[in-house]
Amino acid sequence: MKPVLEVANLRVSFASGTRAVRGISLAVQRGETHCLVGESGCGKSVSSLAIMNLLARGATRSADILRFHDTDLLKLTERQMAQLRGDKLAMIFQEPMTSLNPAYTIGSQMAEALTRHRRISRAKALDRAAELLERVGITAPGMRLAQYPHQLSGGLRQRVMIAMALMCDPELLIADEPTTALDVTVQAQILRLLQTLQRELGLALLLITHDLGIVARMAQRVSVMYAGEVVESASAEALFARPTHPYTRGLLECIPIPGASRRDAPLGSIPGVVPRIGPDFKGCGFRDRCAHAAPICAEMAPLQHAAPNHDYLCRLPPDWPEAAAA
Amino acid sequence: MLQFLLRRALLAVLVCLTVLVVAFVLTRLSGDLAISIAGPQATAEDIATIRQNYGLDRPLVVQFFDWAAHAAQGDLGRSYLYHAPVAGLIADRLPITLTLGLSGLAIALLVAIPLGILAAMYEATFVDRAIGIVALIGQAMPSFWIGLVLIIVLGLKLQWLPISGVDTWEGYIMPAVVLAFSAIPALMRLTRAGMIDALASDYIRTARAKGLRPGRIVLKHALRNAAMPVVSVAAVQLGFMLGGSIVIEAVFALHGVGYLAWESISKNDFPVVQAVVLFLAVVYIGLTLLADMMNAVLDPRLRTA
Amino acid sequence: MSLRHFATGLGLLIVGIVLVAGLLAPYIAPHDPFAQDLMKRMIPPEWMDGGSALYPFGTDQLGRDYLSRLLYGARISLLIGTLAVVTSGLIGITLGILGGYFGGRVDDVVMFAITCRLSIPLILVALTVVAFVGSSLTVVVLTLGLLLWDRFAVVARTTTMQVRTLDYIAAAQAAGASRLHILTREVLPNILSHLVVVATLEMALAILLEAALSFLGLGVPPPLPSWGLMIAEGKDYMFFSPWVIMIPGIALFVLVLGINLLGDGLRDMLGTGRRV
Ligand SMILES: Nc1ncnc2c1ncn2[C@@H]1O[C@H](COP(=O)(O)OP(=O)(O)OP(=O)(O)O)[C@@H](O)[C@H]1O
Ligand code: SF4
Ligand SMILES: [Mg+2]
Repeated sequence: MKPVLEVANLRVSFASGTRAVRGISLAVQRGETHCLVGESGCGKSVSSLAIMNLLARGATRSADILRFHDTDLLKLTERQMAQLRGDKLAMIFQEPMTSLNPAYTIGSQMAEALTRHRRISRAKALDRAAELLERVGITAPGMRLAQYPHQLSGGLRQRVMIAMALMCDPELLIADEPTTALDVTVQAQILRLLQTLQRELGLALLLITHDLGIVARMAQRVSVMYAGEVVESASAEALFARPTHPYTRGLLECIPIPGASRRDAPLGSIPGVVPRIGPDFKGCGFRDRCAHAAPICAEMAPLQHAAPNHDYLCRLPPDWPEAAAA
Repeated sequence: MLQFLLRRALLAVLVCLTVLVVAFVLTRLSGDLAISIAGPQATAEDIATIRQNYGLDRPLVVQFFDWAAHAAQGDLGRSYLYHAPVAGLIADRLPITLTLGLSGLAIALLVAIPLGILAAMYEATFVDRAIGIVALIGQAMPSFWIGLVLIIVLGLKLQWLPISGVDTWEGYIMPAVVLAFSAIPALMRLTRAGMIDALASDYIRTARAKGLRPGRIVLKHALRNAAMPVVSVAAVQLGFMLGGSIVIEAVFALHGVGYLAWESISKNDFPVVQAVVLFLAVVYIGLTLLADMMNAVLDPRLRTA
Repeated sequence: MSLRHFATGLGLLIVGIVLVAGLLAPYIAPHDPFAQDLMKRMIPPEWMDGGSALYPFGTDQLGRDYLSRLLYGARISLLIGTLAVVTSGLIGITLGILGGYFGGRVDDVVMFAITCRLSIPLILVALTVVAFVGSSLTVVVLTLGLLLWDRFAVVARTTTMQVRTLDYIAAAQAAGASRLHILTREVLPNILSHLVVVATLEMALAILLEAALSFLGLGVPPPLPSWGLMIAEGKDYMFFSPWVIMIPGIALFVLVLGINLLGDGLRDMLGTGRRV
């Protein structure tokens, strides 16, 4: 089956010379959840903004493939891209506090997402907005629609952003840590809502998260990012059953044990820091922190298959964990 | 919110009192006013009469409190040149100055806001730099000189516009344009700075993520937020323009408040001078208060606080 | 070379040329700027019909050489601009630093002074002072100096507030340095770059204001060759001889533009950003 979103060799660099994304590839199928995980600063948000072509000024993106269904996103004009955005392609941003316009009401901002793409009255659009607010667990949606962003808490704003992204029933939703500001019950409600939409409408979901609990619950596929690269990509079961990249193994070793650690504790309590990746960087980005680093790692890290549809970026052979254990 | 406005009002009253003192002191700077009023040919007797008629024989403190008390009740004294109440003189000439100031401000905003938006949208490109330099050029031209040049070119050579007076509305065009010149650079820079901040904000990214068209993003989402400081500065600029209109009124021979002040200054008509200084200051203070209130209305964070 | 650099260089060049012209006026002026010759009134500039190489920029309504008056006029503009900025800078910077450093009541007073100053109509008050005190170069300089300090105060105040919390100022305080020492040796040098930019703006403003006052007949007294006064005196002849107002007007425009370009360049170089 053709994927809803297909990305190959996506690269983003900033005017400062930083290579924030260095050739990532991934695909999201209809009705599927693809989780993007990795520690802070590894390039998750920049990747998703690049897909939406919403990067800040001074950023350049390139890719071999960037396809939404049959549409080549690389070839679209800004005008054509704008027709897709908010309609078939929606995004929830990581920054709920600042992502709503302080000068307009929630209702006005939500309604325009729908009236832009559908021939529909403002009143109907507001009805739709109220319905979605209710579905993301906001009580008294009528009152909320008339309020301004500053009158809402962070959790409420995050839910408004989620509801706003769903206004046009998108086919692909990119959600950048959509539930960080929410408490556990609301988070569960939102995740259930997203799963319902996937079942009913076939929504494809690219979910960025720090929370391996959410990954375990939602994901069919997982891509693990490190320093601008996808270092391991596999189905969720395969990844949890046989993590192969040393970084992934490190991550899984610090999965929060319920009750023993904070829910949103940062990933990767692996010692060391991420290197700054400039234009001349080569070799494995993880080598400064890797217990298995060898001289060759400063030159290159090959792409290898651990199993069909299970790839990783490391010099070690697929069976190294067993070999190490033996 | 209410408390904020009350504090602003109290401050305004204090500033008014200070200006009252300043305006009074200014007109006493010449030493003996009666001698300057009477002129060089006056006899000692003339001077004594003038002194008495205008109450200048009283101690300064008494003069001040007498004037201040009357001014507080709206009685600004009598002009000895026109033999009429100053308040009436100002009221007669106010429409001209006000028309001039308001049309000048309108022109300034019509030019400055689009240029500021354009410069922000093309920040750090040739367009931005060129607009910045045009603003510098505008800022460097003496307004009275622009007025004279326009009179020569548009009034005399091309004969498109009347060169003085405001018998028809066309008479206001040149003076209003010249007055606008002085306000354009500041308003333009402010619009540009506000738009740059707004355009780089997360909520603009949200607007783009909704697929909104560029025009709507810039004019609805960015401009609305960038406009708040522009509104308050525009009010302040109107205050400056009303004060600065004295030069323009002199160039175009418009008999507004500025012209009245210029005449009175040249002829030592001190009751008019101190009254106009006070009047313009009060108008300015009123405008800054108005600006605060407009911001409170425009900014939902202030409005609903 | 970018437009930016070109503009800054141009500003520097203009200000340099006017400065040299003003300083060397007594040596390079072809005639005495005050010498009247009623037989040679309103001679047009050399490049126009009826012009003469003897009077490159023509003569005015009293037969005085226009180029010489222009050169001497540069002195007046620069002198007034500089002295007014020094005066207003002293007042504004002192007030601003005091308000920004001490905060509280002191700052309230400073803010109040700034508000009062802004409420007072600038040109009107300047005209009144000159009219009632009597017009002379000194009066004009002092009047402008006493009126143009507000922007110095605003900028000095905000920048001092930012500098105040820096570590080494706290260290100097802890080391028991006197307040005067801290304000003049630690605070002032750190905010100076912002103030330099303000100084260029205020200098341009002072020059324009002097011209406006002189134009209205209440600036520097005749027969001094102030550019504003030259425009005022030429006004009656401008319909038939537009050059009488074009020459001093363009001189004013070019000088002020030069100062502004220089200030803009400094703002970029010193990285003071949009704050000023
Ligand atoms: N506008 C920008 N200009 C320059 N560098 C940027 C910009 N935005 C992001 N970066 C850099 O790109 C890298 C990736 O940032 P990104 O926001 O994608 O991280 P992230 O994986 O989303 O982290 P987090 O989990 O904290 O959200 C970081 O090193 C960041 O400093
Ligand atoms: S390539 Fe080398 S440094 Fe990188 S993860 Fe593999 S073993 Fe570690
Ligand atoms: Mg992120």
